[in-house]
Amino acid sequence: MRLHTGIRVAAVVAATALLATACSGTDDGGSGDGGGDGGKVELTFWTWAPGMEEAAAVWNEANPDIQVTVNKQDGGDPAVTKLLTAIKAGSGAPDLFQTEYQKIPTLVSSDALADIADVLPEGTAERFADGTWQSVTLGSDAVYGVPQDSGPMEFYYREDIFQQYGLAVPTTWEQYAQVAEQLHAADPTKYLGTFSANDAGWFTGLTQQAGASWWGIDGDAWTVDIEDAPVQKVAEYWGGLVEKGVIDNKPMYTPEWNAALNDGTQVGWISAIWAPGVLEGNAPDTAGTWKMAPMPQWEEGDAATGNWGGSATSVTSQSTHKEEAAKFIAWLNASQEGVNLLVSEGGLYPADIPSQAEALSAPPAFFSNQPDFYTIASEIAGSVQPFTYGPNVNVAYSAYNDEFGKATEAKSAAAFLDAVTAMQTATVEDLESSGFTVKE
Amino acid sequence: MTTLASPRAADTRPARTHRRPRRRTAAPYVFLAPALTLFALFLALPIGYALYLSFRTVEVKGLGLGAGARTEVWAGFDNYTRALDDPEFLASVGRVGLYGLLLVPTMLGLALLFALLLDARRTRAKGFSRVSIFLPYAVPAVIASLLWGFLYLPRVSPFYFLFDKVGWDAPQILSSQLVVFAIANIGLWGGVGFNMIVIYTALKAIPSELYEAARLDGASELVVALRIKVPIVLPSLVLTFLFSMIATLQVFAEPMTLRPLTNTISTTWSPLMKVYRDAFTRDDIYSAAATSVVIALATFALSYLFLRVVQDGRAFSQESR
Repeated sequence: MRLHTGIRVAAVVAATALLATACSGTDDGGSGDGGGDGGKVELTFWTWAPGMEEAAAVWNEANPDIQVTVNKQDGGDPAVTKLLTAIKAGSGAPDLFQTEYQKIPTLVSSDALADIADVLPEGTAERFADGTWQSVTLGSDAVYGVPQDSGPMEFYYREDIFQQYGLAVPTTWEQYAQVAEQLHAADPTKYLGTFSANDAGWFTGLTQQAGASWWGIDGDAWTVDIEDAPVQKVAEYWGGLVEKGVIDNKPMYTPEWNAALNDGTQVGWISAIWAPGVLEGNAPDTAGTWKMAPMPQWEEGDAATGNWGGSATSVTSQSTHKEEAAKFIAWLNASQEGVNLLVSEGGLYPADIPSQAEALSAPPAFFSNQPDFYTIASEIAGSVQPFTYGPNVNVAYSAYNDEFGKATEAKSAAAFLDAVTAMQTATVEDLESSGFTVKE
Repeated sequence: MTTLASPRAADTRPARTHRRPRRRTAAPYVFLAPALTLFALFLALPIGYALYLSFRTVEVKGLGLGAGARTEVWAGFDNYTRALDDPEFLASVGRVGLYGLLLVPTMLGLALLFALLLDARRTRAKGFSRVSIFLPYAVPAVIASLLWGFLYLPRVSPFYFLFDKVGWDAPQILSSQLVVFAIANIGLWGGVGFNMIVIYTALKAIPSELYEAARLDGASELVVALRIKVPIVLPSLVLTFLFSMIATLQVFAEPMTLRPLTNTISTTWSPLMKVYRDAFTRDDIYSAAATSVVIALATFALSYLFLRVVQDGRAFSQESR
């Protein structure tokens, strides 16, 4: 029995805040350094993406006047908490910050990110898919970062097992349901997929494909559209599959799920472009047996997909060198040289479309059986649907975990629809109680 | 007892202390200063700040985008009323209540049983048994939960594999009806050893003349255990019960670690999980602070009440017996 009082949890929170305030005097962010001496500018860059030191080294070599120091962070959420603390303290934030797309509205609403629309090189916007670009503009004229990598969603399946049972690769969701049923009838231990109540970003991407945008800006007010028809359609569809029992209801990323991927019990996975890395790590025995195909569509002949994951690089509001910082991130994320480094050093799937062909010439090692992997991928990447995240994504996502957790356990399509309603209510209530203007 | 206490109550000591030089009275404070400073900096101040935060909230204007859209304002008791009104919080209290009802009696019962068995005359391999019962306590709760998590997942668990081979239908321990047992089970193995040691130490302190006398009177080992040992270690039982009750209110690591493995543990399964979610997932440290103050007060009140009920804090006043 270990004793950890509630007070102590609060104390840790408070102590962290106090320490952060106490340390803020020393300004270790470096944002104000070297402004006047001979034009040399020092920029600090908080990121957790792999290979960024190497990319910065190449830049520093070529740009002695703008030196970038990479400061490795501990992943998305802790970095955001750290940045928000520095912003609240008034100093200590870096010049450059890696932001996941869904965190941008939260950061903008805390005044942590700078608008770099005026200082970005011409033509930057045109290099990205509309859906990706909207993530950094929030549908406004401001630009809060340059997209770095993206996670367009695709359908991954076991080619060998599909052949064994004579299954056709589904191109529509209707076919996906049929194939799921066929497979499960042929071997009741096998599933074409699972509905994971632990992965809100995954579900968001699925509804994005169907045309949903959970938040929106209407004049001076936020709109919350989690209860919209496309979301209900997606929820009812997956609820129906779970209710029939033709797909699984267990969460992804558990030891059980890994085992199922590896031994051929999970025959398909609706995932994103970074799936090869996950499959390689979690199901090493299945190398060379997977194939990637576009997502099943709601209407035959459509070409639409959603996004699961991905980040942009932003300039923080505390940076005193916005122009130089913007120059660096435009080079890093929207130039052939930068993108080549993102791929070769970081293994990322770049958001920049014109540079993809050269940077992604060979398929991922795990998919050596599919030489045209990146040709298909780049076609899919262009079809990411526009989507707006709101200022309280964290609230909606934690409501997703709880409500869909209940629904997947209840195994009924009706419960899935109830979960959507509960998410809408929780999200609107949170916005209203914080004082945001919300339009019903 | 009153006769013993009365001379102390009426202070009959001569006023010699007044004549002591001032230099010497300062000494204790000098020695205490480091501890007091640390206490003030790292406990009292943060608690004070948490209290302050619990009365604050953030107010947003319009879209909340851009500079100056967020301001921190006084919230009065809003955070408290919301915490107490929150059905999720009440549900988490209910779940933890059920968890405690399952866990505490089982754990203390087993701890007492093991302690009595270890103390029995004919038990062999005492050292080995004691260490193996105590060992799970040395395993951090997060690691224990991960290990149990593997055992609970049907596809990777050796238990389910064996049940399947024998042809029995093993219950899904992580289903919504049974998940509280799954979590209580982890807490059980983590806690039995510690509580057993506390009770066992008390048993060791019993003078052997008592046993000799009992045996001369013809008492069996069982009668000695029930009529002599249990009543004497009662203060230890009170103490372990109090510790277990406090730990129950604060269950966090086990459900938090199991959560990603199943749909049946919500992000607000226990009160502390709700505090964690509010503070770090929803970025609302204000209501998290309010909720943790409520939990701390409840813990304090329950402990105090319990000690009042069991004879005015008998567990902590053994020296006056």
